[in-house]
Amino acid sequence: MVSNQPSADTMVPTVEFADANSDLTPKMSARNVCVYYGEKKAIDDVSIDIQTKYVTAFIGPSGCGKSTFLRSLNRMNDTISSARVTGDINLDGEDIHAMDVVHLRARVGMVFQKPNPFPKSIFENIAYGPRIHGLADGKQDLDEIVEKSLRRAGLWDEVKDRLQESGTALSGGQQQRLCIARAIAVDPEVILMDEPCSALDPIATARIEELIDELRGRYAIVIVTHSMQQAARVSQRTAFFHLGKMVEYGVTSDIFTNPREERTKDYITGRYG
Amino acid sequence: MSPTILLLLALGLGLAGWLAARARAYSFKREVPAGRLAALPNYHAWYVALWILIPAVIFIAVWSYIAPQLVSGSVLANPAAANLPEFGFERRAILNDAASVAMGKSPAVFNEQAKALVEPYREAIGQTRIIGIIITLVIGFLGGAWSFLRLRPDFGARTRVERAVMGILILASLVAILTTLGILISLTFETIRFFSMISPTDFLFGTHWGPDPMSTNPDPTRFGAIPLFWGTIYIGAIIAMIVAIPLGLMSAIYLTQYASPAWRSWLKPALEILAGVPTVVYGYFAALTVAPIVRDAAIAVGISSASSESALAAGLVMGVMIIPFVSSMADDSIAAVPQAMRDGSLAMGATTSETIKRVLVPAALPGIVAGIMLAISRAIGETMIVVMAAGAAANLTANPLEAMTTVTFQIVAMLTGEGSFDHPATLSAFALGFVLFLVTLGLNIIALRVVKRFREAYE
Repeated sequence: MVSNQPSADTMVPTVEFADANSDLTPKMSARNVCVYYGEKKAIDDVSIDIQTKYVTAFIGPSGCGKSTFLRSLNRMNDTISSARVTGDINLDGEDIHAMDVVHLRARVGMVFQKPNPFPKSIFENIAYGPRIHGLADGKQDLDEIVEKSLRRAGLWDEVKDRLQESGTALSGGQQQRLCIARAIAVDPEVILMDEPCSALDPIATARIEELIDELRGRYAIVIVTHSMQQAARVSQRTAFFHLGKMVEYGVTSDIFTNPREERTKDYITGRYG
Repeated sequence: MSPTILLLLALGLGLAGWLAARARAYSFKREVPAGRLAALPNYHAWYVALWILIPAVIFIAVWSYIAPQLVSGSVLANPAAANLPEFGFERRAILNDAASVAMGKSPAVFNEQAKALVEPYREAIGQTRIIGIIITLVIGFLGGAWSFLRLRPDFGARTRVERAVMGILILASLVAILTTLGILISLTFETIRFFSMISPTDFLFGTHWGPDPMSTNPDPTRFGAIPLFWGTIYIGAIIAMIVAIPLGLMSAIYLTQYASPAWRSWLKPALEILAGVPTVVYGYFAALTVAPIVRDAAIAVGISSASSESALAAGLVMGVMIIPFVSSMADDSIAAVPQAMRDGSLAMGATTSETIKRVLVPAALPGIVAGIMLAISRAIGETMIVVMAAGAAANLTANPLEAMTTVTFQIVAMLTGEGSFDHPATLSAFALGFVLFLVTLGLNIIALRVVKRFREAYE
């Protein structure tokens, strides 16, 4: 929440990457990234550093490429046969395109726009990741991981008595927290969230935003949102995308109170988008 | 007599009505100040034409049924018919003989007695024909005149034609439903006749099958259908499915998850061609190619008793035939699993095959199961392959290398046999067909319900 936000003067100016504070090495960094869908260039030369323990928000009008860029951070664009990514994306200094995609996605988890629990029990939904990655030693260990993940996602008290019920039977907000718990269960370093609240009502949205703030201390979180209020509430870093380019990137409070670019200002004041 | 002439007559009247009504509607157009009618001239035309055609066609249908009775009634009233044999086969033969000469279908009578009846027949046929033509004309004219007089510039012919179109469409769909009902009813009647001769317990639970169509006193213990049911299930639901389920499922998975769109657009139609191959061709293939291979292979591993007709050969080929049914249903239901599920699993770091095994197939399972059930119902109703490759011996055995027979094979054998039509051996075909019908109907109903529930889960 806004009250928890670190004061602006403790923050690193993240725009001039050359000046980046040495003790805050980026968790992920992208350099000159372009994404093409067939002939169409959806992302044009984006460079950005993502830092751990912060929430980074990508904002911008529909179709500006913010989701496309997010999906290239865990190579989900690989599943689209016409998509092509150029440029460098590193995770802890390691090129993600040289990594095994299975390991990359275990370290960079993702939560989607629409809650997409598997049509399995709540328990099985959480146990899915640990099982495929062999993270649990035996049943007891798995139980612990499930409980820990559900607790972190703030869902444990609501579902602890019905872990064997289907995950699809939960409410929309609970389903989305289940999906967050599912992502947490494999102990990722980065969590990507693609408009995680756009299918939820305001109360469920508030609950998710609270959760994002609680998780911030542990992971690097990147959230795509088209709600500027949400970006202002949950993030400490904001990047503004427009027409496939990243127009401005900086400390959230700066972006919202004192944008440097005219286009950012126009968007934030509601002149378009 | 001949409905074709009457139909042509009705069509002619309809065309005349159509043209007249159209002309009338155009004349309205000039009368009405703004030149606007409540319906286009063509609708007025169709309105009148339908009013002529529909009653006339209904009359013709009824008439073609009662006219022959009127003819024979009037012939029998003729004094020449007085000395006909009272009942039975001979009487019918003489009447048919006279009738076919009168209608010009045969040059001369065989039976002397029929000679005297030819002339009365000819007369009666001529009379009924004229009566038919007159009534058709009157009905067509009345319908046309009544509807023509209703035409007005503000007459809503359009909505009335719309209603008639709906009626015709309902009729068309009823034909299929009524045919199914008719099949069921006729099967039921013949089955009841069969069961009045052979008890259902002997039939359903007996283990020996070997009806003798020639015997005058049929032995109920030779009507045990268990070997047939077993053969049907063993070939259609076990051997064929062992082939079709894995191959169908795997090809569906490859097509939906791995194949590039270009490959898919080639492979899917190629697979569907399998479903279009006539079953008799599969039968050749089973009997001439697969069965000898199976036999030779069995002999090569030391099973000297292997016959050239075997359940295995028939089942294997049937399995191949069924692959497209399994794969297209599995394909549809895997493709119906939302992309979000797939993405969700991939984003967890699962590989494609883990995603398929743990998420897509479980989610698509109801649809896959329904496809398998439809495939089974198709397989157990299949006839040609078993006729050509499985043999006729009603063996109750689990050895796939032995000849076996199925329900469908025995239906063919019993109906084309030498027994008379009211012999229980022939009637047993209907009882077998009835059982088969009930089983496949049950499988189809279950499959459709499963599919429906599955659809609801995702929409």
